[in-house]
Amino acid sequence: MIVEKDETMPVGNAEDVVRVRREVRAHAVGAGFSLVDQTKIVTAASEIARNTVDYGGGGTLHLATVRHGARRGVRLVFSDHGPGITDLKLALTDGYTTGSGLGLGLSGAKRLSSEFDIKSIPGEGTVVTIVRWK
Amino acid sequence: MEQIPILKIGDCLLVSIQVDMHDRLALALQDDLTSKIVASRARGVMIDISALEVVDSFIGRMLNNIAAMSRVLDAVTVVVGMQPAVAITLVELGLALTGVKTALNVDKGLALIRRLIDGEEDVFDRREG
Amino acid sequence: MPRKSETVLPSLIERRQKELLDAWLHSQRNSGVWTTEDESDTKSQSTRFLGELRKGAAGGQVEDIRAREWTGVRDLLEEVSRARALRGFTPSQTATFVFSLKEPLFTALREEVGKDAERLADEIWVATLLLDKLGLYTTEVFQKNREEVISRQQAEMLELSTPVVQLWEGILAIPLIGTLDSERTQVVMENLLQEIVKTGAEIAIIDITGVPTVDTLVAQHLLKTVSAARLMGADCIISGIRPQIAQTIVHLGVDLSVTSKANLADAFELALRRAGKSIVERAKSAKAQAE
Repeated sequence: MIVEKDETMPVGNAEDVVRVRREVRAHAVGAGFSLVDQTKIVTAASEIARNTVDYGGGGTLHLATVRHGARRGVRLVFSDHGPGITDLKLALTDGYTTGSGLGLGLSGAKRLSSEFDIKSIPGEGTVVTIVRWK
Repeated sequence: MEQIPILKIGDCLLVSIQVDMHDRLALALQDDLTSKIVASRARGVMIDISALEVVDSFIGRMLNNIAAMSRVLDAVTVVVGMQPAVAITLVELGLALTGVKTALNVDKGLALIRRLIDGEEDVFDRREG
Repeated sequence: MPRKSETVLPSLIERRQKELLDAWLHSQRNSGVWTTEDESDTKSQSTRFLGELRKGAAGGQVEDIRAREWTGVRDLLEEVSRARALRGFTPSQTATFVFSLKEPLFTALREEVGKDAERLADEIWVATLLLDKLGLYTTEVFQKNREEVISRQQAEMLELSTPVVQLWEGILAIPLIGTLDSERTQVVMENLLQEIVKTGAEIAIIDITGVPTVDTLVAQHLLKTVSAARLMGADCIISGIRPQIAQTIVHLGVDLSVTSKANLADAFELALRRAGKSIVERAKSAKAQAE
């Protein structure tokens, strides 16, 4: 995978979530995504960003436009040093929520992405990686 | 802090969301609407999301909350102008808008509110032939 | 084998440019790969090729045609290949552009270094290997171009073959024809949703009478489209469902809250009813009744 352009930004509050949506949209447009695909990756980003703020105690997003052979894509890596997730399998089921949300954040973002990976160590933090290919 | 304007048209309240809202703004809108429904004794609430390019689960929850609160206050909620890309994404996301009726545009939205208030249609109706 | 930098090719081409060109054009004409209307194009392409070939060979090595010094030659060959693909030439005919240079080149080489038999053999070997590689390169490029043309044509056919029609005010229909693959279905469905917004139609009929098989993936896309339309404020009716297709949808285990009708006519009638319209027979005029 070749990284064409990348940037890092804080994901600590509500305004940051808005900025994440804007920047991810810019990368998606630059990678030539259709409108529907843009919307999907921006929405997925919004879900994870919000999780990072609400449950992760804030963190960072490493955003990149990537290329694999002839395919272009957008890769997002959200990381935080929050409490982590004890039961990953449970967290990825629809409707599961420890807060007042709809419980669709992680599972929904997974459905909206081409690739999804999550690593979490209770007490240390969480890293969520999503990629959407054109 | 910025506020999202709420207009009164007859016995309806109309909200047009033009900006990419951050969470605090969305919550403020919820509160604002609830107070105005009571103050104006509105029977219908129309939320125009034709300018929204992204509707995630938080906004979805906000819409559901608004619908639930207005129902308690004897008002109906209609969401209009959802963009195709947003609709497709919401389906993929698995988000269901419960208790929220939808219409393609403001005109049809107002007509729908009229039908709902006059009792010609139920909020949980699935249109049959 | 002459060391890379020692081949006589660059100087040969420089000195004998005109006669090589004439002989080559003659050879191309004889192989029957061009018509009179191609004449000036071919002449200019051949002239440029010789120039680029000389530059490339003068670059120091003649084995790796992907190296930088051969970029000029490759670019030109891509241009020739693309032009010929568009004109309907076969890959072989296109490669002949390069291969037909062999005979004139060998003739020139014989005249130049013929006295030294071993040297001549080496030079001919170098020249033939080089032209083989370049000829094969044109076929590679040809293939790639053909694939691009085909996929562009496919996209155009896709647009033509699935138009959204307005059956009545507020009622749209999209008759799907032929086999549906996942990508095509998605494009078509997005198109339908956009038309719904554009026309403000509250009812859309998706007719699959002309679709022989619907696999689970396509069925999922159809149902997702129906859900999306409903979220937007419109309703869909699926028509033309055959028993096998109905089975596929049931096996999906999805809540079948989509109204479906066996044929388009029934679906249209239902749509009219939902839109609050009905079709009535006109009363016969007195004159007609008297007949």
